[in-house]
Amino acid sequence: MLGSGIINGLIVTAKNFVGSYHDPKRMVTVEYPEQRTVLPENYRNFPFLISENATDPMGTLRCVACQICEKECPPQCIIIEKSKDKKPDASGKPQLYPAVFGIDTSVCMSCQICVEVCPFDAIKMDQVFEIAATDRFHDLFLTREKLAKPNSYYHQIHPTEAAEVDGRLNTERKAAEEKAKAAAAAKAAAAAAKSVPVAGVADPGPASPRPATPIQPASAPAAPATSPVPKPQDEPRSSPAGEGGPANPAS
Amino acid sequence: MSCSDFNDLDAELTAFGHPGGSSVRAVHDQFHGDLLEVSMGPQHPSTHGVFRMVATLDGEQIVKLKPVFGYLHRNHEKIAENTTYLGSMPYTDRLDYLCSMSTNWAYALAVEKLSGQAVPDRAQYLRIIMAELTRLVNHACLVGFLFNDLGTSFTPLLYAFREREKIIDLFEALSGSRMMCNYQRFGGCRVDPTPEWLAAARTLVENFPRFLDEYERMLTGNEIMLARTQGIGRLDPAHAVNAGLTGPVLRASGVDYDLRKVDGYGFYPRFDFRVPLGAQGDTYDRYMLRILEMRESVKILVQAFRDLPGGPIMDPKAKLRSFRPKAGEAYGRLEGPKGELGFYLISDGTPNPYRYRVRPPSLINLTLLEEMCLGHTIADAVVILGSIDIVLGEVDR
Repeated sequence: MLGSGIINGLIVTAKNFVGSYHDPKRMVTVEYPEQRTVLPENYRNFPFLISENATDPMGTLRCVACQICEKECPPQCIIIEKSKDKKPDASGKPQLYPAVFGIDTSVCMSCQICVEVCPFDAIKMDQVFEIAATDRFHDLFLTREKLAKPNSYYHQIHPTEAAEVDGRLNTERKAAEEKAKAAAAAKAAAAAAKSVPVAGVADPGPASPRPATPIQPASAPAAPATSPVPKPQDEPRSSPAGEGGPANPAS
Repeated sequence: MSCSDFNDLDAELTAFGHPGGSSVRAVHDQFHGDLLEVSMGPQHPSTHGVFRMVATLDGEQIVKLKPVFGYLHRNHEKIAENTTYLGSMPYTDRLDYLCSMSTNWAYALAVEKLSGQAVPDRAQYLRIIMAELTRLVNHACLVGFLFNDLGTSFTPLLYAFREREKIIDLFEALSGSRMMCNYQRFGGCRVDPTPEWLAAARTLVENFPRFLDEYERMLTGNEIMLARTQGIGRLDPAHAVNAGLTGPVLRASGVDYDLRKVDGYGFYPRFDFRVPLGAQGDTYDRYMLRILEMRESVKILVQAFRDLPGGPIMDPKAKLRSFRPKAGEAYGRLEGPKGELGFYLISDGTPNPYRYRVRPPSLINLTLLEEMCLGHTIADAVVILGSIDIVLGEVDR
């Protein structure tokens, strides 16, 4: 019958119209500012930096300014400048830190590649999406002060991922500590074995007991093994407890 | 336009063997009217983006139609040659922004071919699940927009978007983003779905035919829709094959060519599904073919959820950083929702591809737009364009 197709269509539309008042399957609209959907845990928006301690975010950034994310970022929206000095990180090892860390969110395309390539789990994806700003240059360029957020916040937005990351970091740190302890013990033993004859031969006198013996390079390592003296170290934490290099190139 | 222009046109038409040529000539002789040039777009809402059609009209009939594109050109290929292999992956999301999952896969296929990278079984199944869900998204969008172009303002589109939204939510829960998924990696996938995600996806897929039934009941038998689409924009198979058309537009003309069957990439040979074909090659066939393809996709998805194996989702040998394939070239292609989507890569051993080329199905399917539109009215041209299914992000790149 001509017109039956149209009538069938109208029946469907009428069903949907009536259903939009009582059937939850057809009530799909969310009145956004008043009602909100729950963001899925994997939701990603823009990156942020993780700091270990909420009270001192700038001092405890996990980032060691290795600049891998800066190189890998496809639209190149990350700017990093390395620091001149070093600060101890969570495991007490002196590390560089980013003196400048900026992300231009007007360029960032939220691809998460910086998160995937970061070997230190220092940069993660945020979930804040209400980021409208009136100044596109200052408000949309996030400096490290705006980017730093504590680890507890990361646990809050990505619970499973954060738990996995923390577990991995803890085991890594424990292994690093044990290795450092073992290395220090071995070094101390070696130094003790050597320093006995050295001390007996040199005997420089009462003033300046230690620095007066730089002639024998082998005797140096015992003292500075634990002090955070800046050393020419290139790879930050990839070789944990690799502090065995005070060969003292200056002397 | 003058009459001499028209004579050239007519010669062109008859040389091309278009049946409408003589009737247009007759109409013209009868009225001796001047030709009118109408420029549709690039900001016209029914051109699916920044696309322009320069149509030459004789009365209401189109006697010449020139597609103009390039307004959305973003230098995708050159950008990809200046970034790493991994760095191009999020850019491929932005090619065909409705189907980022399958575009990712096409690129990953090309790079895996280039570097000889293996992919674990679970990742292969996940890729098929994502690609078929993407096909549902794309075809649901397409039929919605097609009816928008036909003049049924918004109701069918929003019914289709309601279903699409559910799939997009699944993508968001899995990959973190609704449309720019950036999910595939060389040698696997990025995130392993949780059992809850898989259960939600399975219920969605099982309920999807119900939506299709409702949708078809609403519109497939509609007499106005039949009158507007049947016999409109007919494309014969010989032209379609000669112009290199692929995908649903080609199959609607009755050519049995589906890369899932022809190439058998991924694990598609393990799946039992059929390739629907059209008979007339008109707009109605192109619409029906999409509906039938969605039903076949549902079949594939059900099998994929049933057979999904456990195991890793990334090959342990896969490298994320400092990825340098050996010098060589590779072409990876797959049956995207719009047609054959291919990536051609030449590597010279550096971290960046030496040459990076996309074969966009939308652009190549667009080349026969004039052929399909000749002899029809402007209103039909809009519908024909809608039935070709273009995304300007992919056409212009």
